[in-house]
Amino acid sequence: MSPAQETLLRRVEKVDGGLDSQDVATSLGVDHQAIVGAVKSLLALGDVISAEQRSSKHWELTGEGCEIAEQGSHEARVVSSIPEEGMPQSQLMKLAFGKVGFSKAMSNKWIRLDKGHEGGPRIFKTVEHLEDLVRDKLLLVQKGQASQLEEKEKNELKKRKLLSEVTVKSYWITKGSCFSTTITKQETELTPEMIASGSWKEKKFKPYNFEALGVAPDCGHLHPLMKVRTQFRQIFLEMGFTEMPTNNFIESSFWNFDSLFQPQQHPARDQHDTFFLSDPAQAHEFPQDYLERVRKVHSEGGFGSQGYKYDWKIEEAQKNILRTHTTAVSARMLYKLAQQEKFTPVKYFSIDRVFRNETLDATHLAEFHQIEGVVADYGLTLGDLMGILHQFFNKLGEGSTSQGWGQFHSFNSLPGNVIQFKFEVGL
Amino acid sequence: MPTVSVKRDLLFHALGRTYTDEEFDELCFEFGLELDEITSEKDIISREQGDTKAEGASDVILYKIDVPANRYDLLCLEGLVRGLQVFKMEAPRYRRVSPASSEPQRLVITKETTAVRPHAVAAVLRNITFTQERYDSFIELQEKLHQNVCRKRTLVAIGTHDLDTISGPFTYTAKPPGDIRFKPLNQAKEYTAQELMSLYKTDSHLRHYLHIIEDEAVYPVIYDSNGIVLSMPPIINGDHSKISLNTKNVFIECTATDLTKAKIVLDMMVTMFCEYFCFLLWENILEPTGQYVHSDYPHSICNPQPFFGISESTEHIAQLLTKMCLRSEVMSDGEQIEVEIPPTRSDVIHACDIMEDAAMAYGFNNIPRTTPRTYTIANQLPLNKLSELLRQDLAAAGFTEALTFALCSQEDIADKLLKNISETRACRISNPKTAEFQVARTTLLSGLLKTVAANRKMPLPLRLFEISDVVLKDESKDVGARNNRRLCAVYYNKSPGFEVIHGLMDRVMQLLEIKPGQGNGYHIQAADDSTFFPGRCAEIFACGKSIGRLGVLHPDVINRFELTMPCSALDIDIEHFL
Repeated sequence: MSPAQETLLRRVEKVDGGLDSQDVATSLGVDHQAIVGAVKSLLALGDVISAEQRSSKHWELTGEGCEIAEQGSHEARVVSSIPEEGMPQSQLMKLAFGKVGFSKAMSNKWIRLDKGHEGGPRIFKTVEHLEDLVRDKLLLVQKGQASQLEEKEKNELKKRKLLSEVTVKSYWITKGSCFSTTITKQETELTPEMIASGSWKEKKFKPYNFEALGVAPDCGHLHPLMKVRTQFRQIFLEMGFTEMPTNNFIESSFWNFDSLFQPQQHPARDQHDTFFLSDPAQAHEFPQDYLERVRKVHSEGGFGSQGYKYDWKIEEAQKNILRTHTTAVSARMLYKLAQQEKFTPVKYFSIDRVFRNETLDATHLAEFHQIEGVVADYGLTLGDLMGILHQFFNKLGEGSTSQGWGQFHSFNSLPGNVIQFKFEVGL
Repeated sequence: MPTVSVKRDLLFHALGRTYTDEEFDELCFEFGLELDEITSEKDIISREQGDTKAEGASDVILYKIDVPANRYDLLCLEGLVRGLQVFKMEAPRYRRVSPASSEPQRLVITKETTAVRPHAVAAVLRNITFTQERYDSFIELQEKLHQNVCRKRTLVAIGTHDLDTISGPFTYTAKPPGDIRFKPLNQAKEYTAQELMSLYKTDSHLRHYLHIIEDEAVYPVIYDSNGIVLSMPPIINGDHSKISLNTKNVFIECTATDLTKAKIVLDMMVTMFCEYFCFLLWENILEPTGQYVHSDYPHSICNPQPFFGISESTEHIAQLLTKMCLRSEVMSDGEQIEVEIPPTRSDVIHACDIMEDAAMAYGFNNIPRTTPRTYTIANQLPLNKLSELLRQDLAAAGFTEALTFALCSQEDIADKLLKNISETRACRISNPKTAEFQVARTTLLSGLLKTVAANRKMPLPLRLFEISDVVLKDESKDVGARNNRRLCAVYYNKSPGFEVIHGLMDRVMQLLEIKPGQGNGYHIQAADDSTFFPGRCAEIFACGKSIGRLGVLHPDVINRFELTMPCSALDIDIEHFL
């Protein structure tokens, strides 16, 4: 405990009410700031003292004001410096206080100016004694008796920049609830030594600030989009869907469009919506008999469809693109399934990147992820599709009953009554 | 999805009742449409150009409705109304009628047109009354069709004319541009075709279509029997035959490079507006190959039961289909339905399209939800399974996952990494919209460094990783390229932290259960790589194969990515570990 703190405590002990810190400072003859320091450190220890902040206004002499208090006001000095025979004006003006003092002295009628005097204008005293009121007032303030002056007088001196009003902050110190003249320092933390020696039982501990946050652990993070992907993947796996191999961003137009019955002049195959490759520009391998069947359905129809009735060109189908949907992979998988000796029911899914040549804006990127599911079996119905979607959203926990409508496409490469459904959700 | 903008009050008037916004939204939803926006002309202008410009604009409420791209019959107010009245009205039947008094009109197509725009179909609508709204709707439908199914007039172009100002038989032919001369729509004098090409180069609307015929030796043109030019498709009609509010009979011609589409378009134009006419007369068209009569309705037979999973009587389904403008009757066997497909529904080309409509009429939400009976055992793709496991552990090691673009600029994978583009086996995109999408990435490093650059203000050290695909050319694949799953990590701090990245690599190997050492284990040895600081780069070998690199990045690389601190990186191919 510092001497300032100790003295302060003793003072507070003696007094019934409270103390003003300014008074303490003056009576001890120390700088107010030292007392303030003592007050603050005492406050930190708990409720030893309580301090209320107060501010008071106080008149003080400025530098110029001090000078005048000592040596007299400018005008008085002007008068005192003029000898019996007077002084040339020019000479007076050379003096430091000359200019200011001259005009004031003239208005007080303490001097007079003889303009027509030979040798230039000359100044003469008009009074022998004068009362240097300004100086007197300033001396009063200096002595601390500013209250004796009227407001008007003080403001006038303030205007002449001889006085300034100073705000002084002080503390009103009173005894706190745990007042004592001795201070015990509080410990912050338990240490191994305290545990070993048992000394913690005698010590006082600083209270914790439970309002503050703790230290953030320095850990790595997973990307939020990928976390969602993991979640969806998990749901699919739980529902018995097998993951498709979608690790091929580059796809031929054949698998991406033609095998999915999208006509060759369709706008989605435009330069504006699809990224085409210049290198490698074309795919060079296709299952030939399947290709022929696709050609036929597009141009003439087949499998119950009228087709689009146009000339199907293989050059269009060969063009390589960045896939616009993972359905291209589904098409490949269904083709493979069709090659099997015996049909087995399957459920496939994938969640992977697709590319569309769109103008970027706040809600559209050129690359995004697509979730895709395919179910193939005999006797599937629309109700089954809705059921699966419903279960999916239930597991997601969205709680919403998904309302359905959709664009349904039929892929007719399998024989019989097999119907496949596709549902597409963009993420 | 195309968007159709209709005046709400007109729509309700035509539908015969008013709806609240919510009710209409639901009706749209059930029908497969989306009420995208409720606005007014004033709102639109206000949003685009500011409130002052919007003063005085119309306050009339507009509904903007999204329709499916292949439903050309819903592109105008008339079509929408007809579709929405599904639940009340009988499906209309369209009849072709011969003209009461005279011979049918003829359009003769000459062989010159095969060089430039071979096909044409035409029809006549008689006894029309146009109001301003119907006229606007008529013009707008043509525009919408032009934009959508006509593929901006390249496949089909529509021309409409006032029949009473012209006289048939009409001739569709093609002539050298210097020989074509007429007064085009809304102009004061006559021009030759060449002059018109230059005239319209500055027209904001028409200049986009000039290229379709500009460089051809002959331009298509349609004349009437008096040599008056009806139109020069696909550019502009003649002024002589233009339609006004007083027009009573309309001659519609569609010239095309795709005959199927031309017929679809003509069907649309005719069926949409026939409700305003007292008699619909739809007449013959001729081709040089012979007489062609517009086909009667195609019929389709289908058995809808298995599709649905609901037990509804076949009769009921037939009723539902009829409500969707697809007139249906149960056949004598009681199981199958015969469906008549009207010209408005060119999107119906397979039984499944019919079933889709039946489901819509039934209401998707009314179909009971079931789950498929067969159960299947799920399998993860091994590569994805590996990636998922590694991701978790890398995050546990204190690295943060990044997700970066697969497309980037050429500099990103070559110059900025101090490599030559020809070394990279990158796949190049032919039509990028910006330079940011020139190539498909061959390394994950560029994306990660760009991520660091975007996050310079974050407290150091920055530890990032990504496990994802890059694309490499590969002639052994059918498309000529393949993906490669890689793991890449960077450490960015005041000191390069090679030991940190090295430690991460050790950890990855530990997770993959590969011990340090030669032979079946892993080891690293010094290597030269222009991307890395000399003497601070190593190649990683596992089970005898090179799987990647790690090291401190070269200062030039750091500068080129606009970074300031030293950085070390790890880049390995994880497909080896499957």
